[in-house]
Parts: sequence; structure tokens; C-alpha cells
Amino acid sequence: MRVLGIESSCDETGVAVYDTEKGLLAHRLFSQIAMHAEYGGVVPELASRDHIRKTLPLIEEVLADTALTTKDIDAIAYTAGPGLAGALLVGAAIGRSLAWALDIPALAINHMEGHLLSPLLEEPAPEFPFVSLLVSGGHTLLVDVKGVGQYELLGESIDDAVGEAFDKTAKLLGMDYPGGPYLAAKAEQGIADRFVFPRPMTNRPGLDFSFSGLKTFAMNTWLDTEQTDQDKADIALAFQTAVVETLAIKCKRALKRTGHKRLVVAGGVSANKALRNKLDAMKGVEVFYPRQAFCSDNGAMIAFAGAMRHQAMKHQDVPSFTVRPRWPLNELSPP
Amino acid sequence: MHKYLDNEQATLDLGKELALVTPAQLFTIHLEGELGAGKTTFTRGFVQALGHRGNVKSPTYTLVEHYQLNNRDIYHFDLYRLSDPGELEFMGIDDYFHSNAISLIEWAQRGQDFLPPPDLMIHLAYQSKGREVDIQALTALGEEVCGKLHK
Repeated sequence: MRVLGIESSCDETGVAVYDTEKGLLAHRLFSQIAMHAEYGGVVPELASRDHIRKTLPLIEEVLADTALTTKDIDAIAYTAGPGLAGALLVGAAIGRSLAWALDIPALAINHMEGHLLSPLLEEPAPEFPFVSLLVSGGHTLLVDVKGVGQYELLGESIDDAVGEAFDKTAKLLGMDYPGGPYLAAKAEQGIADRFVFPRPMTNRPGLDFSFSGLKTFAMNTWLDTEQTDQDKADIALAFQTAVVETLAIKCKRALKRTGHKRLVVAGGVSANKALRNKLDAMKGVEVFYPRQAFCSDNGAMIAFAGAMRHQAMKHQDVPSFTVRPRWPLNELSPP
Repeated sequence: MHKYLDNEQATLDLGKELALVTPAQLFTIHLEGELGAGKTTFTRGFVQALGHRGNVKSPTYTLVEHYQLNNRDIYHFDLYRLSDPGELEFMGIDDYFHSNAISLIEWAQRGQDFLPPPDLMIHLAYQSKGREVDIQALTALGEEVCGKLHK
């Protein structure tokens, strides 16, 4: 069975085809640099929400990559939330109408479920159950994953998402926005332990996070220095170390609480090297990551989640659609 | 009106105080200040005073967070990531400013003419310790609300 997946919840447009026997057949992401020439003009970050112009060409490209036609597709999965209503509606409208025209089922997929399941696209894939740490610009979640659709939220950020804290701290230190990856690169030149940042919310029980205070701490520290390049690197390192250790402490707690031995890390921040080193060093735990390309938003994870759900469910297809800009994971049920 | 805010709690308290004197009609507050100055903290005090019990997340990535409290719609916008005010049209910005909506807008200057004129302009600034806040009323309704705040 082949499922076409469409992701359009935020700034990225992603399309992919997943085959339940052969695995991922093709995936494409709208990238402002690579497709610059093809689509013409510089695309401002948020105008890239204009998914309408990108989704159909991407579907055509993915089909061309796989030498398939729409007749070879058995179901269409689209991101129905959470995300920006206008952006979601594009993928939902195109996905649903195409499915209707082809007389095949359409599946409304939760974006976070896509991220949670994305490490299952890799070899070896983690077996259920596992704890998932989802860390991106928009989300910071710890989830107990018992199976497809069986998710229990263990903890989340009460203010800034971890990727957002990286981006904003980078900005405070004079880097371009969004500068999370630059901050991480700068940290490599830092001198350890010159500054020590707090580990927010680790001295009390619970699995929630708070990262808003760290950026203020970084700002105050920065203002107290002579603002040299070395100061910048040292603050970047102190900030990153605080974030990474906080995440690791909470992961350990979540594993202890659930009794699971597998940890899955997904989302844009899962690409961070310091975080991977720290988590990989944990004893008695197997840690899984999606490949670099699938750490951020993509169509492959939606096609995959759609395939998992379609395979498992007795599908009753209703020819209508809606999107849910807020859609908590614990409201999902197994297929 | 100027005020000195000692700590995070003082920022939360000011948000709370303002929420309790804000009328149930279209009301727009612009929040200004650097990253980390306390704009989202202020908003947290504001929406919690009106009965919100959960977290108040930063809307930087979502652009807007919506709270429905006692039949009132409170929208917390953050236009930091906006690169062109015209992009607000993509998200159907006009639908947000209806008769009883309260909007707290961070980085409003990036939205320019696509936003309603503010009733209040609140500016938060870093001090060596704590924050300084400046509240400016820009409409008659804003004056009225401002008059109800403790000096």
C-alpha cells in the first residue's frame, strides 16, 4: 500500500510517498534555496506559507521521482493540526480533494504524531513502547508512546520552546534570527564553566520545562561582560550546556517514571550535537533519532503516520474535512 | 505613566491589575520591549487574572495564541517573525478584531496598518535590576482604563 503524505502546518511544504512494503519511496521539501530558481523570486520566510503554489508541483515531482502516477496511490495523508489554520487548510483542501477525485481514503494526521513516529522510518527502528522527546522551534514535549495513537503527555514547556530559546538567545548575542544553529557552532569555541547558567525546573519534581528565564539570564550575563567574541562563545556554551543538561535530566526522569528503556528524540533541536552526545552517554538506554533531513518538518513523517493508521484501521471515509490549529496529542486514539 | 517593576512577580501583578480594569469590548494593547523584557510574562499575568489556568506559551512560532475566557476572546500575538506586514492577510487578521476581542500584540510595529490602532502602548525596558514600564494611553478608552490603575 502506498500513501502520499502532505505537510503544510507552518513554514515548510513537504510531500512524500511511503510504501508499507518497500519503505519510503520519495520525499521532497520546499526549500527556499534549492527551489529558488524554479519558483522565481526571493520568498520571505512567512510568505512561504503560501503553500498553495508549492504543494501541487511538489506532488508532481515526488510522483516523477518514483515513476508512479496518481493511480498507484492508495491513500492520502495530510497534516490537519496543530499549526496555523491558513497553512493547514491548504494541505487539507488539496489532500482531501485529490483523494476524493481518485476515490481513495484521506487521513487527517496530527503533526506531532508525525514527529513522534519519524524515527520509525530508520533502521533499526525502535520498538514500542518508548519515551519521546520532541524538541523544535515551536514545541518541547516529553511523551510516553505505547503504540500508534497511544500517547500520554508527560511534560511540556510552560513558556518558550527550546528551539525558540536558542534562536532568541542567539539574537540577544547579536546573531541573525533564527540563529539557534549558529549559537551551537559558537559554543564549540567556548571555555567551559566560565559562566554557569541555572537548570530551570530541575530542583522540583515534574517533567515540565521553562526556557524563558534562560534567555534573560543570557542577556544579563552578556551585559556584564565586555562583549568580546570570546564572551559570546562562553555564554553560548553556558546556555547550551544548561539546556542540554536540563533536557537530559528530564529524559532520565521520564524513563524512570515509565520504566521504558528506549528514548526517541525528534524535532529540529534533535540535530544538536551536544544534545546527542549527552543523551547517547546515558547508561542502560537505547536512543533513536530520525535522520537529519527528517528532524525538521517534512512530508515523509506524515506519509508514514498515515500508512500506520491506514493499515491498522477499519477506515470510514467521510468526504469532508476540517483542521485543528490546536490539537493536543493526548486527544488522539489508536486507529 | 511610569512604574518600576522589581521582579517577575511585579510584571505578573501589573498584567493582572490591567486585566481586571479592561472593559468587555474591543481593546488593543501593544507590548514593546527587547527580547526577555517581560512581554509574555505580562500577558501571563493578564490572561491568568481572567481565569486561564494552563500555561501561557510564547506565540513566537504560532504567531497567535487564543484564550477563550468567560465568553471573551483574548488573542496574544507575537509578530516577531513577520517579515512583511502583508503576510497578516494570509492569516485572516481582520477576523481577530471583533467586538469583544482583547488583543495583546508583541512587535506590533511589524504589522503596521494591518492592525487596529492601540488603546494602550506598554513599553518594558531592562534596568540593571528589574524592569521599567511605561504605559501610554492612545484613545479615550485607553485613558479611562489607565485612570483605573494604581499610580
